[in-house]
Amino acid sequence: MNVDITIKIAGEAGQGLQTIGRLLAKAFSRGGWHVFANQVLQSRIRGGHNWFQVRVSDIKILAPAEVTDILIALDNESVYHTRELSENSITIFDSSLIKYNSEKGLILDIPFEKTAKESGGNKLISNTVALGAVLGLLEYDINILFGLLKESFQEKDQGIVQANIQAAQAGYNLAYQKIKANKLPRLNRTNGHPRMLINGSETIALGALAAGCKFISAYPMSPSTGIMTYLASQAEEFKVLVEQSEDEIASINLALGASYAGVRAMTATSGGGFALMVEGLSLAGMTETPIVIVDAQRPGPATGLPTRTAQEDLEYVIYAGHGESPRAVLAPLSIEDAFYLTVKAFNLADKYQIPVIILSDQLLADSYLTVDSFDVESLKIERHILSDEELKNIKNYKRYQITDSGISPRALPGNPYGLVVADSDEHDEEGHITEDVDYIRPEMVKKRNRKTAGLLKEMSAPIQYGPPEAKNIIIGWGSSYGALKEAVDILNSEKEKVSLAHFNQVWPLNKEYFDFLNTAEFVCVAENNFRGQFAHLIAGETGKVIKNRINKFNGLPFSAAEIVREYKRLKNSL
Amino acid sequence: MMVDLNSFGKFETAWCPGCGDFGILGALKDALVKLDLEPHKMVLVSGIGQAAKLPHYLYSNVFNGLHGRAIPAATGIKMANNKLTVLVTSGDGDIYGEGGNHLIHAIRRNIDITVIVHNNQVYALTLGQASPTSDLGYVTRVQPRGVIDEPIHPLAMAIALGAGFAARSFAGDKEHLSLMIQEGVKYRGLAIIDVLQWCVTFNKKNNFAWYKKRVYKLGPEYDSSDKTKALEKSLEWGDKIPLGIIYKNGRPSFEEAYGLPKDKALVDEEIEPAKVNSILKEFI
Repeated sequence: MNVDITIKIAGEAGQGLQTIGRLLAKAFSRGGWHVFANQVLQSRIRGGHNWFQVRVSDIKILAPAEVTDILIALDNESVYHTRELSENSITIFDSSLIKYNSEKGLILDIPFEKTAKESGGNKLISNTVALGAVLGLLEYDINILFGLLKESFQEKDQGIVQANIQAAQAGYNLAYQKIKANKLPRLNRTNGHPRMLINGSETIALGALAAGCKFISAYPMSPSTGIMTYLASQAEEFKVLVEQSEDEIASINLALGASYAGVRAMTATSGGGFALMVEGLSLAGMTETPIVIVDAQRPGPATGLPTRTAQEDLEYVIYAGHGESPRAVLAPLSIEDAFYLTVKAFNLADKYQIPVIILSDQLLADSYLTVDSFDVESLKIERHILSDEELKNIKNYKRYQITDSGISPRALPGNPYGLVVADSDEHDEEGHITEDVDYIRPEMVKKRNRKTAGLLKEMSAPIQYGPPEAKNIIIGWGSSYGALKEAVDILNSEKEKVSLAHFNQVWPLNKEYFDFLNTAEFVCVAENNFRGQFAHLIAGETGKVIKNRINKFNGLPFSAAEIVREYKRLKNSL
Repeated sequence: MMVDLNSFGKFETAWCPGCGDFGILGALKDALVKLDLEPHKMVLVSGIGQAAKLPHYLYSNVFNGLHGRAIPAATGIKMANNKLTVLVTSGDGDIYGEGGNHLIHAIRRNIDITVIVHNNQVYALTLGQASPTSDLGYVTRVQPRGVIDEPIHPLAMAIALGAGFAARSFAGDKEHLSLMIQEGVKYRGLAIIDVLQWCVTFNKKNNFAWYKKRVYKLGPEYDSSDKTKALEKSLEWGDKIPLGIIYKNGRPSFEEAYGLPKDKALVDEEIEPAKVNSILKEFI
């Protein structure tokens, strides 16, 4: 990695952090740079202290960094971030707007507001001055930003576009001239072709579109709402029915109704909303109705930290629901991975007629990543629904026919050859309510649970990253992959031979994927939770108890640097 | 194919002998014959309770879901395939109690389903507790001093929420109930039919004779488009209880307001993964 710069925009909610953060991230991705951008927000509409950080590199990065190289300080509380600054870091602020009293790194006082007014705009475009200043420090091609400003504001009016362009240029010039001692690397070149910049919610929504999802019902809940929002923007083009339901109980029952009728259907929520869906999850298990449920995790219990990140719902989504029925849980390890896993979720749901849960989190949902492309052509859509031709040849169609695989032939209501009867009560092969405890009940329980055997074979092995012969192993799952992978790189560069075993398909767990534990000498499990839930699962499924844990549960994601520190601490304490 | 009573078959039931549910099943079958509705073209959706077992007692597509959740499931089915005729059949506890929030918002949404509420003013399958429609003072083992909560007035609530079709009928009047169901199915939007039903086992107060003495049919002179009058009629309860279409209007259905195509159901829309390529450029 030759270039690794993190720019942090810090300020109050309502100051437009997200707007300028996204513009900045996009300016770099258009210049071919790799970007990982994430936001840390308080759960409020105005005020408080939030930040949006953009990490730029010449190679692919998947996690935030610990050091801030350029800090745009927009409120008094931004001084909090001085602890992330290095001696080469630069802080930009406007002394007419805020107090910033730190001597760490280089300080650059730029009159954002005055410059904005001089550029023919009002104070609303002060942020554009700051954007220009960042590009000036990095000697980055400002024309890319001009292009973005034109696209963003052209619908308003030409005057606003011009004022923004002038403000950006003025900011650029001020920063460029003022800092002589700037030791940051310069980005005065492109780094390949323009790249897509996309967040996790949008990616899951795109995956759903590619998979042919035609129905989403959901109740707004941070950090899951972006999925429904993006699908609504494509509803007409892709014929997706988007229904904002009265509560999460309705969300899942609406989706199950739609799925019973034959469309691919999903819902999305966070932990609290998932709690309301649990009854419906059990219904999906009993009626063997396919459904995809996204749980974008945030720290709990209860309301917890609504806009922060966590991996606290793993055991919960695996075990939630009364009674016993199979399910699959997929936990995307990156934004790109979320696309393919969403398609897989829909295929598995249809094939096994089960609920499939995508375990996302705020880090994945709200972060932006540069992506070169999604391989849409290679996707296979597998519905496993009987055609009229097939149904015609079946005498006495039975929706819940007992089979060796546990999977029964699925027909849709409306076909003229066989009625489709689904029941939340225990039912016979036709779907009708029964209390035959001698034969039907045990056979139906076994049938439903037999599906797990097939499902186990569908779960991919963990990603193995780092030297294959390493006897030191870090285990992770889900969205922390980027930070763990980078930590492995750092440790190996320091001559510590470590590899990563990272799981993105976490239930059901295939024991065979843990054979590496037999030869490993040092193993630790890193998770964004307190109790070490994945470590529990491993113990439960393999009988192997892993005592070394790295757990972070303050609502913020891991950085590679802290994984390295924690790893060393654990290793040294042996 | 002509639909007749045989089209819907004969099944053994788990109902008490003499239950009002038999009257509702008979009236429903009669309505379906008159509507010439083939079993495979409809879905009966229910929740939990004795009433909710009805879909198992005639040939039809069935989604017998969770207690209180029949309406959202029915809504999802109709949204996915608007060519299906979707009827909900469940009890007062299910629709007005456990599923109350869903009913409220389903009325606002106004999707084209018919909701038949078997209203016997008691929780029967759980062996006799008060329901949301139990009369004040009604004594049960859980409410030994009698019900103190004001009963829900389902049709007044529906009308206040903007329902387009609100009717009341009686399980003991097959002809009238059949007619209400036919009108409800024909109505392009959510039709709610509150069906007064006796419970032979647990509701000794509101029995067949109690209802029979009080119910009367609204005559041709009644103007069901007058919302204020309708509200008044919907609250009439005591010595006289009116039956009929209490309120009806022509507000747009969900399908019309949303712009769902009439000729192509969502379930018949193509799946084209490659189409995603056309929107990827938006992210550059």
